[in-house]
Amino acid sequence: MHQLTIAEIIRGLREKQFSSVEITSHLLERIQQLDGQYNSFITVTGEQALCEAAAADARLAEGNAPALCGVPIAHKDIFCTNGVRTSCGSKMLDNFVPPYDATVVDNFLQAGAVSLGKTNMDEFAMGSSNESSFYGAVKNPWDLERVPGGSSGGSAAAVAAQLVPGTTASDTGGSIRQPAALTGTTGLKPTYGRVSRWGMIAFASSLDQGGPIARTAEDAALMLSVMASSDKKDSTCLDRPPQDYTANLNDSIQGLKIGVPKEYFGEGLDSEIGARIQEALQAYEKLGAELVEISLPHSELAVPAYYVIAPAEASANLSRFDGVRYGYRCENPADLRDLYMRSRGEGFGEEVKRRILVGSYALSAGYYDAYYNKAQQVRRLIKQDFVDAFQKVDVIMGPTAPNPAFKLGEKNADPVAMYLEDIYTIATNLAGLPGMSLPCGFAHNLPVGLQITGNYLDEARMLNVAHQFQQASDWHTKAAPVAE
Amino acid sequence: MAVDAQTVEKLAELARIAISEETIDEVSNRLGDVLQLVDQLQAVNTDGVEPMAHPLDAVQVLRKDEVTEPNRREEFLALAPQTEAGLYLVPKVID
Repeated sequence: MHQLTIAEIIRGLREKQFSSVEITSHLLERIQQLDGQYNSFITVTGEQALCEAAAADARLAEGNAPALCGVPIAHKDIFCTNGVRTSCGSKMLDNFVPPYDATVVDNFLQAGAVSLGKTNMDEFAMGSSNESSFYGAVKNPWDLERVPGGSSGGSAAAVAAQLVPGTTASDTGGSIRQPAALTGTTGLKPTYGRVSRWGMIAFASSLDQGGPIARTAEDAALMLSVMASSDKKDSTCLDRPPQDYTANLNDSIQGLKIGVPKEYFGEGLDSEIGARIQEALQAYEKLGAELVEISLPHSELAVPAYYVIAPAEASANLSRFDGVRYGYRCENPADLRDLYMRSRGEGFGEEVKRRILVGSYALSAGYYDAYYNKAQQVRRLIKQDFVDAFQKVDVIMGPTAPNPAFKLGEKNADPVAMYLEDIYTIATNLAGLPGMSLPCGFAHNLPVGLQITGNYLDEARMLNVAHQFQQASDWHTKAAPVAE
Repeated sequence: MAVDAQTVEKLAELARIAISEETIDEVSNRLGDVLQLVDQLQAVNTDGVEPMAHPLDAVQVLRKDEVTEPNRREEFLALAPQTEAGLYLVPKVID
């Protein structure tokens, strides 16, 4: 049963091949047996899940079941869950039990989905390897000595290990797409504002966006149809009606114009990954698409701009965690200054502290114009590159990550090397565009992700384009060996 | 770009984050590496380019000044380490 996709589970439940309680029990048992080796969950809510599954079965029997009724999923621990610990991967929030649900979580509840628990993540979503979690590193199901990518590594690993068919995740600089690429799963970061951020703990507010990770584009479409809603509680959420993202999955892609940025195939890209991407592009040509070479001339500036803007926003967002207003409080503070300094010094991990310091530097008097303002100007140049490109093409394709999954600990001593793992994904966040990653082969026996970037609010087309590839290939059906 | 220990101490004070004496050199080095990365921006000509704070150039949405949330005071008070008589208790801050 754990091999079923969300679409297959929906069919199985409605045709009464199995009940929600049966599949939920099976997956909970699998999590209990296997997750010790992956560490993909921070919290498993077994009892609550079985209650939700029983309620879903009752609704299915009545015949008025909503879209995802009875389908097991899991939420990244960045989304607030009513009555369930929401740690954001940090000691700072180790004991935080929200009295409310994030809008995304509520949307899934309304759709009848069953939550199995909260998935592991880099602390406050800061990382590209899922090694910065207070709850320990997540292991890649394809090779337990390697990282699953970050920061949604727990969500991606749980799907890759077939512990759950779909998970929620978030993407600030590539945190859905990069782990999806490294674990052979399908992840989608929607247009900024398409999915409500209310109840999603903020890292960098102008970049953060929630989205799904699943095994197939069809499943990602089913999940996004539930996740994407307008939300008066989030003033940055776009006022758009719900959309059925599965409606156009089977449209022909004959004549589709695919932009291939020449900058994405230069130095730094693993040659085997480059070969897999070229093969995927050729497969698209066979499906009737046309490849068009394009240029994104400012793409090399995306990483430096991001590492000014994201830390600057993070330093402001995380100022509330001071031991008084929110979060961990140190023992026996001498005075208020000591309380702040030690609570934050002891409660935050190294990567989070580093980014807050960089953000404080970029925003401090004398450096604001040279760093923050400059980065925001470069951000506009990066966005304009995409606007120009989408005058000529329908979607843009390239690699999701420059390297396959690397060894645990390999890049810990060199944060800049770690940051460059998001080199192909970050520009999309700066511009606010939607992007996704889907499996397209293997390099060095590890999964490779093909990245599709779409125009604003063009998620339906991206999903159609990805689904058509998955109809013509079987990379998305490959299961991690330890999960079989 | 090098970051000296004095600058790190100043940043730590601004950010209200305690950094131990033993780790200050390592923090300096790593911050220096990150700032060297972002220094690439200085070479870009951005004359006349308007800064972009929001990817969709959105403006603040306003709503009517009316209550939209129920009063959940007891639930939120229950999250605090210490409360008394419906108030949050925080550590003494006045010597």
